[in-house]
Amino acid sequence: MQKLSRRSFLKAGLAAAGTLGTSGLALPASVRGADTNELATLIDIRKCVGCEACVDACQEVNAHKFPEPEKPFPKMYPSRVKVADWSEKRDVRDRLTPYTWVFIQNATVTVNGEEQELSFPRRCMHCQNPPCADLCPWGAARKLENGITRIHSDICLGGQKCKAVCPWKIPERQTGVGLYLDILPSLAGNGVMFKCDRCYNRIEKGELPACIGACPEDVQTIGPREEIIKQARMIAKEIGGYIYGETENGGTNTIYVSPVPFETLNKAIEKGPGRPHFDGVEDAMAHADNLAKAMIIAPLAGVAAGVGRFYKAAKNLDASRGKEGKR
Amino acid sequence: MEQNFFPEHKYITRAYIFIIFMMTLTGFGQMPIFKRYYIADIPGLGWLAEFYLTHYIHYIGAILLFAIFAYCTAGYFLVGRHTFRLTGPAYVRIILLSAITLTGIFRVLKNLPDMVFSPNFTMFIDISHMVFVMIFLLAAAVFLFMKTGWLMPK
Ligand code: SF4
Ligand code: SF4
Ligand code: SF4
Repeated sequence: MQKLSRRSFLKAGLAAAGTLGTSGLALPASVRGADTNELATLIDIRKCVGCEACVDACQEVNAHKFPEPEKPFPKMYPSRVKVADWSEKRDVRDRLTPYTWVFIQNATVTVNGEEQELSFPRRCMHCQNPPCADLCPWGAARKLENGITRIHSDICLGGQKCKAVCPWKIPERQTGVGLYLDILPSLAGNGVMFKCDRCYNRIEKGELPACIGACPEDVQTIGPREEIIKQARMIAKEIGGYIYGETENGGTNTIYVSPVPFETLNKAIEKGPGRPHFDGVEDAMAHADNLAKAMIIAPLAGVAAGVGRFYKAAKNLDASRGKEGKR
Repeated sequence: MEQNFFPEHKYITRAYIFIIFMMTLTGFGQMPIFKRYYIADIPGLGWLAEFYLTHYIHYIGAILLFAIFAYCTAGYFLVGRHTFRLTGPAYVRIILLSAITLTGIFRVLKNLPDMVFSPNFTMFIDISHMVFVMIFLLAAAVFLFMKTGWLMPK
């Protein structure tokens, strides 16, 4: 994995945001290992005007990654397996689809007694410990060192488990593409799952994700997670605002800052398929992480119990056998 | 098998078979197949389609198996090996179980927040874990059919 030059990002991102001087950008010692290389994005909800330039930019630069399904689709069994076909509805932009990896959500809320229309881009949160990637049975969904969670479209079978376990139900399926066509198309798999890959290929080259670069209002900033968190806290403090994504699902690499509580936003937005919520989210992998610790203790406990149980017998055996024939 | 040094083996064997069964079920449950093929619709089996639940059970099963393996290994080295030796099929099972355990450990590591593996390695681990399980199940079924145990008297 190519490491991207932090400096180029910092210049383009944080420094441009003007809140931090380049001199103050040295990475502080990280609290958690993975944080050191993880890049996060900051989405300042106050600034977004809902122009959808980010949506256009994303569709333009990522068009070559979009599915081009073969039709007719192979018949799938059993009949409950539904075709997910967005290829004729590529212009749907008011929700996530395999062709719309970011969309603009709107909320009418009251800020300081005044009614306000807020808008903000929604896409994959790029969780720090993404259940979509952890639980992908096939290794197709994966977290990269720089904090991106990516679904490899040439490996994904479209079983949609990533979506089932994603706290925001982000990945969207397109039938009729991908590896499943080469295996048992009617019996297993159902296409490929698509979502924001945070322009991994652009980041590899040290370029900004398209949606960030295209935004006329500089709504989004990208940089090392710690810096982004600092910046988010600073803004939140300044405006008496709220942060989303810092702790949700154990921490994500997408940090929203809002002038109104996220519960308020959550009530005001349209939610449903392809339209993620702003609910509180517990760390989905926390239980598994705790059980992993127990796995270290289990063999030790087993040996201890075994030795406790057999030690005396072993001694007796040694004694009774005397010197002859040990082993 | 007259493993009189180890009277609890009866219970441990039962527990082992039950856990292996559950591990197989919850392991395959990691693939989205139980719902597709109506198995999760059978009353009482709905939990098989709950990915987080089957994942926890799989982890708990691994914890129990680790403890059992460690207990039995201690018993074998301290006492059993003086009067018994491992059968050929036992070696086959030990090798396969080790391979499953090893790939499983990597799978668990991968799921920790601070672990990032390369794409090829991730795939290799995922697929080899499953392949070893399939070979193991096949071997275990054959050995069960042939009634070959783990130990035989020296
Ligand atoms: S381009 Fe910027 S201002 Fe326009 S909708 Fe996207 S985030 Fe909002
Ligand atoms: S938001 Fe969902 S799809 Fe995105 S990384 Fe987290 S779990 Fe995966
Ligand atoms: S980061 Fe890239 S892929 Fe993700 S929404 Fe922005 S432009 Fe689209």
